[in-house]
Amino acid sequence: MKFTIKVWRQKNRTDAGRMAEYAVDGITPDMSFLEMMDQLNEQLIKAGEEPVAFDHDCREGICGSCNMMINGQAHGPERGATTCQVHMRSFRDGDRLVVEPWRAAAFPVIRDLVVDRSAFDRVIQSGGFVGVNTGGTPDGNAVPIPKVDQDRAMDAAQCIGCGACVAACPNASAMLFLSAKVGHLGALPQGQPERKARVKTMVAAHDREGFGHCTNIGECEAACPKEISTEFIMQLNRDYITSALSAVVRG
Amino acid sequence: MKLESKVPTGSLPDKWTEYKKHQKLVNPANKRKYSVIVVGTGLAGSSAAATLAELGYEVRAFCFQDSPRRAHSIAAQGGINAAKNYQNDGDSVWRLFYDTIKGGDFRAREANVHRLAEVSVSIIDQCAAQGVPFAREYGGLLDNRSFGGAQVSRTFYCRGQTGQQLLLGAYQALSRQISYGAVKMFSRTEMLDLVVIDGKARGIVTRNLETGKVESHSADAVVLATGGYSNAFYLSTNAVGCNVTATYRAHKRGALFANPCYTQIHPTCIPVSGDHQSKLTLMSESLRNDGRVWVPKNPADIGKHPTQVPDAERDYFLERLYPSYGNLAPRDVSSRGAKRVCDEGRGVGAGGRGVYLDFAEAIKRKTKPKVEALYGNLFDMYQRITGENGYDQPMRIYPALHYTMGGLWVDYELMSNVEGLFVVGEANFSDHGANRLGASALMQGLADGYFVLPYTLTRYFADVKTDRKPVDHPEFKRHEEEVLTGVKKLLSIKGKKTTTEFHREAGKLIWDNVGMSRTKQSCEQTVARMKELRAEFWENVNVPGSHDNLNQALERAGRVADFLEFGELLALDALTREESCGGHFREEYQYPDGEAKRDDEHFIHAAAWEYQGGDKTPLRHQEPMNYETVKPSVRSYK
Ligand SMILES: Cc1cc2nc3c(=O)[nH]c(=O)nc-3n(C[C@H](O)[C@H](O)[C@H](O)COP(=O)(O)OP(=O)(O)OC[C@H]3O[C@@H](n4cnc5c(N)ncnc54)[C@H](O)[C@@H]3O)c2cc1C
Ligand code: FES
Repeated sequence: MKFTIKVWRQKNRTDAGRMAEYAVDGITPDMSFLEMMDQLNEQLIKAGEEPVAFDHDCREGICGSCNMMINGQAHGPERGATTCQVHMRSFRDGDRLVVEPWRAAAFPVIRDLVVDRSAFDRVIQSGGFVGVNTGGTPDGNAVPIPKVDQDRAMDAAQCIGCGACVAACPNASAMLFLSAKVGHLGALPQGQPERKARVKTMVAAHDREGFGHCTNIGECEAACPKEISTEFIMQLNRDYITSALSAVVRG
Repeated sequence: MKLESKVPTGSLPDKWTEYKKHQKLVNPANKRKYSVIVVGTGLAGSSAAATLAELGYEVRAFCFQDSPRRAHSIAAQGGINAAKNYQNDGDSVWRLFYDTIKGGDFRAREANVHRLAEVSVSIIDQCAAQGVPFAREYGGLLDNRSFGGAQVSRTFYCRGQTGQQLLLGAYQALSRQISYGAVKMFSRTEMLDLVVIDGKARGIVTRNLETGKVESHSADAVVLATGGYSNAFYLSTNAVGCNVTATYRAHKRGALFANPCYTQIHPTCIPVSGDHQSKLTLMSESLRNDGRVWVPKNPADIGKHPTQVPDAERDYFLERLYPSYGNLAPRDVSSRGAKRVCDEGRGVGAGGRGVYLDFAEAIKRKTKPKVEALYGNLFDMYQRITGENGYDQPMRIYPALHYTMGGLWVDYELMSNVEGLFVVGEANFSDHGANRLGASALMQGLADGYFVLPYTLTRYFADVKTDRKPVDHPEFKRHEEEVLTGVKKLLSIKGKKTTTEFHREAGKLIWDNVGMSRTKQSCEQTVARMKELRAEFWENVNVPGSHDNLNQALERAGRVADFLEFGELLALDALTREESCGGHFREEYQYPDGEAKRDDEHFIHAAAWEYQGGDKTPLRHQEPMNYETVKPSVRSYK
């Protein structure tokens, strides 16, 4: 198969950046999208040019490193898949593929397709954890957890922190990411003691990082490679109001 | 060199308890004076960094990914073992200990493995308290599944994402300490050298992967938690970034590398489809419960559509060779079986390196919906990667490199032979001997980080005064200079071949010669060829770009340069271990029925290699494995 790859090139954080166009040939349908990019890069190196930088590691859809906008879609055309899980058989021979980095004020481009997602780490640091130290914890079976709660926690906990939700959202909001962590911990008894404080500090951190507000567009759910439901955003909103109200009552 | 394992005296079950009872402690007020560098934030590194910070030490943590949450540990699917005996099926600390020792083919250190089994129970409690959503029964209690090499059900899991959930638990604990200022995190930062002054590990030299800045970090102790070296084989189930750089460069500064030839090959991976392939994907071993493995009897049939090959013309070779275990023969045995039939020219699919895993009979016996309920997600994954439907035609599988048991040599306290250098997780050699059982790597990583290192490192600090060297110490400057020179050298060669071409070639060489089976000759050839490849690399590699910005080609070149040296060590170790044990199968040493033949008289020891510089052959030291409690027996699966 042959493709024309139109890809974002940017030298560093301050460079203005531009689109560049390359032709690749000899692509087979069972190559993954990243293997196609590998081939392009080998070709560039041989031609004395610098390869296109992109983040990747596990190449099986779990580490959340890879992040490409392919023809305007976060992680490309396949539903429930990360960029590394997309294969070239999803495209037609001769297609022109436009490849861009995540675009969001909170995710500045570092080089080519590589963006800085450290804002996500800081949101988790603001309260996305259970405040227990190592040791002295009760037996794993001391607190039975209804299977439905555990399943709900797991549905949310699957988030891989890739940032597709932000890239897909016209407001560049990270509400799906945030609600997944709040929803995971909020569904479990272990998450209850800090539940109200957690939602408040995490929402504040989210806003501080420059992510936009959620206006219920729902693009995030469609783009999420783990198909995390926007129901968690609704729950987050309820938790946030409860938390604000209880502060007023105590106040 | 005499290798002091520092195993405490006393009876096996009491060693760790006694150790903790009598160990010296550090006064809480003094703890913050001690600083620790933790390189790697997988399960082992994250859990260690968080716990050490909770204790009050000053911690700096490093990883090469953009976030600590993305370490390779995240990809583990199956589960984590613990001797909880929640199923009331006869499990105990002793049984987990014994299964692990036997699984390792009697090449691991008894005391370490027993300690691992002891602390396994605390890991589950710790993770549950952190909010790790382990699978549960309807009554709300924790669920277990069975795994290879055990007759009890002791594996805890989170759907097919156990590694992810455990890592997120540790990452969250780490994030909490970062938010308190107790851990300073350096992401996108790669360790490129270890600094040893007066025989003690004093710090590291790193390169900031975004800016290219090379700088030193000084501390009272350095902990390496940098994972395994499967990618020396180029194709493996490991994340693409996994590498041997941190441990190998520490090795070059004096740390002994133990048992590099012990590598694990997993039988159920999706086969290679072409030269473009960048990594291999593992499919759960559970598939072998219902799938039947076969190849055509007649090489003339390999091109035919599998459904066109009548039953009488198929060779169900595992059922034929191992009638009692059949398709469930252990990992190493099944892998070698597949290799053998492919070597005979009967392999199927691209390049003739694949065997069928057929569900037709299971679907007839159980119905398709039942098979779907059991393995649906694996069939989906298979289809996504190969574009083929595993219900309508057999899947194709082939063994792939998966895990490495070898690593830096450590004593009972997880300290290497270099004072102040500790090694945890897959990066060390200590607990799995010559073969690792499923669901025990996650257990070891978290045991080391949460429950072992925090004690042993405290014991170490209790004996030493803090005397951190300033980073402008001449030794730090010299190491920085060397790192920078190395980086610039790579960029200056401007040859004709890319790093990937060298990596692929070297990987194939080791895979073909020191992979599933090895011979004296194949190991010798590898040693010789690796030297040539290395020489060619330093003459003819083409690394584009510059060193003062994000340059992934440069990062990769540094890692491949280390693989090219390390590959030789791996082959040398395989050459000198003249026996077969666990994942190390030397064709010369087997029973008439093809089973691995151990030589306990001469090889019941760990081989720990000492770097000699340049092209000099490294020195082989031995630590005898003293079996005080267990009696090594023949590991047979007939
Ligand atoms: C597909 C797959 C499935 C698996 N499933 C299971 C399972 O079900 N159960 C089980 O028990 N085990 C399983 N394993 C094995 C297990 O996942 C690993 O052995 C384990 O996670 C290793 O953890 P670690 O913390 O030692 O290292 P890793 O998770 O590999 O972490 C290494 C860390 O070191 C850092 N690093 C490396 N080099 C440098 C450097 N030079 N400078 C800075 N940082 C560096 C990386 O950034 C990373 O943070 C599986 C493995 C694979 C490949
Ligand atoms: S590379 Fe890990 S999710 Fe794509």
